[in-house]
Amino acid sequence: MKITLKVWRQKNTKSKGQFETYKLDHVSEDMSFLEMFDVLNEQLINEGKEPVVFDHDCREGICGSCSMYINGRPHGPKNAVTTCQLHMRSFKDGDIIVVEPWRAAAFPVLKDLSVDRSSFDRIMSAGGFVSVNTGNAQDANSLPIGKDIADEAFMSAACIGCGACVAACKNASAMLFVSAKVSQLSLLPQGQPEAKKRAIAMVNQMDAEGFGSCTNTGACSAECPKEISLSNIARLNREYLSASVAGE
Amino acid sequence: MNWLSSFLKSSIGKKLLMALTGLFLCTFLVVHLTGNLQLFKNDSGLAFNEYAVFMTTNPLIKFTSYGLYATILFHAFWGIYLVYDNKKARPVAYAQVDGKANSGWASRNMGLLGTIILVFIVLHMTGFWAKYKFGEVPYTDYHVNLTDGEITAYPYDGNINGKIEKFTEQGFERVIVKDLYAVVNDAFKNPYVVIFYVIAMLALAFHLIHGFKSAFQTLGLNHKKYNQLIKNIGIGVFGIIVPILFAAMPIYFLLFNH
Repeated sequence: MKITLKVWRQKNTKSKGQFETYKLDHVSEDMSFLEMFDVLNEQLINEGKEPVVFDHDCREGICGSCSMYINGRPHGPKNAVTTCQLHMRSFKDGDIIVVEPWRAAAFPVLKDLSVDRSSFDRIMSAGGFVSVNTGNAQDANSLPIGKDIADEAFMSAACIGCGACVAACKNASAMLFVSAKVSQLSLLPQGQPEAKKRAIAMVNQMDAEGFGSCTNTGACSAECPKEISLSNIARLNREYLSASVAGE
Repeated sequence: MNWLSSFLKSSIGKKLLMALTGLFLCTFLVVHLTGNLQLFKNDSGLAFNEYAVFMTTNPLIKFTSYGLYATILFHAFWGIYLVYDNKKARPVAYAQVDGKANSGWASRNMGLLGTIILVFIVLHMTGFWAKYKFGEVPYTDYHVNLTDGEITAYPYDGNINGKIEKFTEQGFERVIVKDLYAVVNDAFKNPYVVIFYVIAMLALAFHLIHGFKSAFQTLGLNHKKYNQLIKNIGIGVFGIIVPILFAAMPIYFLLFNH
């Protein structure tokens, strides 16, 4: 396959950045999108040019590192996959592919396609945990949890924190991420004692980081590689409302 | 009350204000529609004119209507502020956005749709509300035949005390009333006005198809058992029935001018 890439190049957070166009003549359709970028970078290195910086780690769709906004959609044209799990067979020979970084005030561009997502870490530090005494592990059967609740918590916990929700949202809102993290804990008995405090602390941190507000377009959930449900956002709204009104 | 101010300043609190005012405005639409359906009554506008007097003189309704005007202004300007506020969350725009791949058009354009509706409300209020309250509105003298109920309308040139006067005379019930119906009839002779009204109702339909269900989500009311019902009411009632019936009024007057 022949592919033309329009890639966002930006020197650092402060510089302006612009698109550069690259042509790749020998792309296999079995390559993943990131492998195609590896080929591009080899080509750039051979030409004595600076390779494109992009985030990646596990390359099997579970770490949440890769973050490319491809042809107007986070993680590209396929649903429920990360960029690393996207293959070139999803494109046609001769396609022009536009690749941008996640764009949000809370995700400043570090270099090229790599953005700083430590705002997510700070939201997690604000309340995305359960405080427990770490003694011996207790008996598994001492805390009965219904299968439906366990499943729901597990589905929320599937969030890999890649930030595609923020990238997809017209307001760059982090509500799907925060709501998934709040839900995975507040659904389970271990997370309930701190549920009210957690909802307030994480939402406050989310706002302080400069994410926008949710307008329920559903773009986040539609683009989420782990298909996190919008019902999490309603749960967060509910928890935040009740925590504000009834919390101490 | 510290919690209240920090709650309302939060991104969720800001949206909650939009949801609550939006749902209140939805209930107003139903009341406004039900009342105005009397325009379709074949009585030369008697019932509608009597209704207009009631709506502008009943103290409870007057009180509610001032709350309604405040709510409309708040919902509109708070919405514009939120659009502006949310723009700050993405200072550098994408070169290419494939919005239709992941979300509905209406959901991404609530600000635009809302602005069309705001312009409509301003013109609508100028044309009818302000005219009825401050402008020159003719009076009509209805003669209702007490034996067969037939209604005959005559123009009335004299003066009456207030907006309506009712008495019985020689087998007729006489109702002399400020004739808002005539103002409506006159306004919708103009096809451009009618087209504008239809466009505004189309904007209203799309605004509510997203807005109604979105308000429930913002309030945290998301439940497997009721989601479909909420969605259906949003589309069926507020996206189809309400706007079509509203749009039918100017079309009716344009086609069957009395």
